[in-house]
Amino acid sequence: MAKGKRLWIFGATTFALASVLLHVLLAAPIAATGPAAKPSEANKAPGRALAQNAVMAPGGRWTTVDHSKLEALQKPFAKPEEVTAACLSCHALAANQIQHTIHWTWLCDNCGDGKNIGKGGKTLNNFCIAVPSNEPRCTSCHIGYGWKDKTFDFTDKNKIDCLVCHDTTHTYDKFPTGAGNPVSEPKLFPEDGKTYQPPDYTKIAGKVGLPDRYNCGYCHFYGGGGDAVKHGDLDSSMTNPKKSLDVHMDVEGLNFTCQRCHTTKEHQIAGRLYTTPAAPERLSLTEADLAAKIACESCHSAAPHKLNTKANDHTSKVACQTCHIPEFARVLPTKMRWDWSTAGKKNPEGKPFKTAGPLGKPIYDTKKGDFTWVKNVIPEYRWFNGAISSMLVTDKIDPNKLVTLNQPIGSANDPQSRIMPFKRHTGKQPYDKGANTMVIPKLFGPPESDAYWAKYDWKKAIAAGMAYVELPFSGEYGFVETEYFMPTTHMVAPKEQVVRCEQCHSRDSRLKNVPGVYMPGRDASPMVTGIGWVGVIGSLVGVGIHGAARVVSRKKRENKS
Amino acid sequence: MSANLQKVYLYSRYERFWHWFQALLILLLLATGLEIHGSFALFGFERAVQVHNFLGLTWLVAFAFFVFWLFTTGEWKQYVPTTKKMLEVVRYYLFGIFTGQPHPCPKSQDAKHNPLQRLTYLTLAAALLPFQMATGLLYYLYHSWKELGLTGFSLGGVAVLHLIGGFAVLIFLITHLYMTTTGHTVFTHIKAMFTGWEDVARPSDAAEWEKRGK
Repeated sequence: MAKGKRLWIFGATTFALASVLLHVLLAAPIAATGPAAKPSEANKAPGRALAQNAVMAPGGRWTTVDHSKLEALQKPFAKPEEVTAACLSCHALAANQIQHTIHWTWLCDNCGDGKNIGKGGKTLNNFCIAVPSNEPRCTSCHIGYGWKDKTFDFTDKNKIDCLVCHDTTHTYDKFPTGAGNPVSEPKLFPEDGKTYQPPDYTKIAGKVGLPDRYNCGYCHFYGGGGDAVKHGDLDSSMTNPKKSLDVHMDVEGLNFTCQRCHTTKEHQIAGRLYTTPAAPERLSLTEADLAAKIACESCHSAAPHKLNTKANDHTSKVACQTCHIPEFARVLPTKMRWDWSTAGKKNPEGKPFKTAGPLGKPIYDTKKGDFTWVKNVIPEYRWFNGAISSMLVTDKIDPNKLVTLNQPIGSANDPQSRIMPFKRHTGKQPYDKGANTMVIPKLFGPPESDAYWAKYDWKKAIAAGMAYVELPFSGEYGFVETEYFMPTTHMVAPKEQVVRCEQCHSRDSRLKNVPGVYMPGRDASPMVTGIGWVGVIGSLVGVGIHGAARVVSRKKRENKS
Repeated sequence: MSANLQKVYLYSRYERFWHWFQALLILLLLATGLEIHGSFALFGFERAVQVHNFLGLTWLVAFAFFVFWLFTTGEWKQYVPTTKKMLEVVRYYLFGIFTGQPHPCPKSQDAKHNPLQRLTYLTLAAALLPFQMATGLLYYLYHSWKELGLTGFSLGGVAVLHLIGGFAVLIFLITHLYMTTTGHTVFTHIKAMFTGWEDVARPSDAAEWEKRGK
């Protein structure tokens, strides 16, 4: 017995020691870093610490020149082109750089298919569909002056608009239908009720500087024809966001400009998403400090969370954005659906009209059809390697099926792919019923033109648009359901608002349509589960019957005796 | 009948500790495991995973001690399966138990398990629990398979095996709990697992072959 007791004490001690050892080796961090654990400097997530160090350097923006003191800029400018000429008189290489960027060409130069990809090419979206034949309206967001049609001279250096990006006074405005030109006299734009003022070129030119969120947002927040229409994660609420909207651009905190991530070299801005992945190599700053620092991992590393937490195991399959952007359009509603097929209705007076919706945005517009606006949108999720493929207006379609205008490229088997959140915008838009191809309609034009917004006649509008891009049109049109994807990567929420485990690890998973990966809580075989529960219930019933029989038989025996 | 009972010391302190420690681990592993599986929400998925992983690793250590105990004490001999008296035991639970017949294999310190128990506990200790530990550890180490040189496994496959094992453990647990009520009184067996002493029918007619070697 004494021997047994000694063995017992020895055993208990050894067990305790062995347990501690195994947990230290394999699992201690799990226990130590549960949600209840208090964050301290010591166990802070290394990815946060790393990124904080990366942006901690003092200084920020500084310059060696006061532009207002430069002789070339101290004169009255009659036209914006004169400002550009003055800029280029010192910045001699800038024009050549600019004219090789997609910001200037609106065409992807290395997508390898003969300049078809891009806003200026033969791709489509399901907002205002396409640029060609509609230039004066669309090119108010071009970094140039006067791209009103095909005759625009893309080699004219003085047509470059330096100010729209480099104006730090935030007073510079381009007229919405002016083909990129500012006004020379105050002019009212009836659609937004705003009177556009001629810019004070001398004052603005004296204060040029590096772009900030206002400058990039001047166009990118208004994509699709208005504030918050297009991206869902880019709208005017991002000009001066709170931390709750975006932890990096937080105006009272880190206050990142766009270029902090969209690194820029010779006016080439990283982060464009066409056929080549934005960040083909997943490099961190410590691996290559001159890499295009576009990915989260560049600053945060591939294991950004606290040591040995399960979240770090996710980074090989799940993009950071998937958990850290729980919803987009968190301040302003974004457009989620655009049905062109209902456009053209007139009010009793025979005039075009708009119907106001519950979120303060129109849900119907004679010019454009029906809209659906949504706030706090849960994204859709797709495998994504950083590249997007776009269909062309010349591609054959099946009009009975949803037409995918562009789609994320990636798969579960590709080690470079991650599960990424997207805004999926659906729509109904015109197509060529005779040829089963999509069409480019002419929407914008003067009253005497064939533009849809002039005559409200789709047939004429499509014929005009297709003739402009020198493509055939059978003369018959219909409307087809379409979808269009935009990655959700801005509006990174504070870590407290991160997507909870069970929002994905459950039957009703956010990722329920993401194939090729086994997820506990989402994927367990229903058959095995069913058989398992039948077994459990069967054994309960079995012991129940056996127990009842014992009770009954005992009673019988007791009665007999 | 009660005059025919004697108190027998059946379960040593370590055995009782191991039994209840194991019971606690199994209950918590089942609860957290089924939550991860998606059967209900209790702790929250994240906490359930943390607890499940922690207990699973604890189990590995505890089980190593159990194996050590089993072999150093010679108790393993009580788990050697046999067909002797098996039919009698099966017949007892199917019929005899309802007519008040005595158990064909009364317990003694050297023969704690009847042939049916031997088979059940051997299956549990030598097959089901190691199977759960192996599939569980594999599941846990999923992200290190490449570094560990483990190929040919799929996460879904490992997960479904672990799930099947989990259901088997739950079914065992239900049956086991019920069987504890089949002693002299409903709580006789459970009480014995706390105190170590059980009221057993006298005299022990355990055959020599049933007994643990001295």
